[in-house]
Amino acid sequence: MPSSVAINAVTVIAAGRPILRDVTLHIAPRESVALIGRSGAGKTTLLRLLNGLATPATGTVSIDGVPFAGDLAVRRRSIGTMLQAPALFPHRTIYDNVATVPRLLGWDEARIRTAARELLEQLELPFDRFAARFPRSLSGGEQQRAGIARAMIAAPPLLLCDEPFSAVDPLVRRELQESFIRLRDRGEVTMVFVTHDLAEALRVGERIVLVDDGAIVCDESRARFLASEHPLVRRFLDAARIPEAS
Amino acid sequence: MAAEILRATMQHIVIVVIAVAIAAAAGIPIAIAAVRHPRWGRRFLRVIDVIQTIPSLALFGFLIPLPLIGGIGVRTAIVALILYSLLPIVRNTVIGITGIDPLVREAATVMGMTDRQRLLAVELPLATPSILAGLRVATVIAIGVATIGAAIGGGGLGTLIFRGVAMVDTTRILAGALPAAGLALLADLLFSGVEKLAAKKWGSA
Repeated sequence: MPSSVAINAVTVIAAGRPILRDVTLHIAPRESVALIGRSGAGKTTLLRLLNGLATPATGTVSIDGVPFAGDLAVRRRSIGTMLQAPALFPHRTIYDNVATVPRLLGWDEARIRTAARELLEQLELPFDRFAARFPRSLSGGEQQRAGIARAMIAAPPLLLCDEPFSAVDPLVRRELQESFIRLRDRGEVTMVFVTHDLAEALRVGERIVLVDDGAIVCDESRARFLASEHPLVRRFLDAARIPEAS
Repeated sequence: MAAEILRATMQHIVIVVIAVAIAAAAGIPIAIAAVRHPRWGRRFLRVIDVIQTIPSLALFGFLIPLPLIGGIGVRTAIVALILYSLLPIVRNTVIGITGIDPLVREAATVMGMTDRQRLLAVELPLATPSILAGLRVATVIAIGVATIGAAIGGGGLGTLIFRGVAMVDTTRILAGALPAAGLALLADLLFSGVEKLAAKKWGSA
């Protein structure tokens, strides 16, 4: 069952400065939410609230109705997170990287192998060719895909992505987006992702949340976002327009 | 004479191995704690920095009057060597851990590793090449300083050197100095071999 998320009246303060101010955001199961905004707007912090990497000064964060508190290690095992870079463990093979969460969950090795094989093949990383290799021998795009496999193998009901495709070329980026769209359409996961690429937000996200200066300034479905008259939304849409050939 | 050199060399090795082993057993956990609590870590590093600046002969002198760890003999020499070995071991371990790509450490956290699991599965393996470099420096320094330990009855190759100096007997000095230098070179070679193996295995890229 995909997760639901509730951020209630959260303020986050870092180095004496508010990063988020009294933010409330509720996400229903199966939604795919794109967090967009300028650099430093607070969108990454908003995402990091959901895996406990950022802690609210006031307010609460709950996933599936259970508030975040205390030691989060066990709860994080059912949240898939992709950071800005694949950040694979350089000293472990691709297989061992992908097996990280299942091992923490105590799966037996045969089950991990089956799941890893299926997922890696799906991501076009043929198991027999890639499983035993170390991350440094993979291209950037291959590392990204291995990172997706590592985040997804235990079928987490919640997937968090922080600019997951920022380091790959546009074609690979497009492919990765497609695999996320397929994932979204299967309806088995709630997705929250940060991007500064509006086209990506509109392609993968069904709901767009625009964050500016520590607050949510627009929170709309894709269609209504495109029609929004909010000045910052218009500026984002204008900036993303591709110039016509002259 | 040959038997004496061999005996002194063995004794030297034993003193150094004991001292570096204890320093590593204490220093690596200290470094891990220093990374967790950076404010205390910095203070502690400053203290062992200062210890490092005390000339070895003076340090031996300071230790002699102390109860339990002091006195004349091999025990005091080992304590001094431990103190000298701490700095390179602690510092290199701290550097090894803090030098890991922060995203890689974060990845371990967000996947649900406990602090302990992250330490054992990610941080220590990735810090291993740096920790080994620290052990190498500590060992080479300890081999040198241990010769001075003979001044307070610490035994080892220093005994031959001090006796040679007292008797103005160059042969005797060399009988202590050459094996000590040889040991230092050997240790250096040994550790750089292990470091290379570790770098290969854990890919310090």
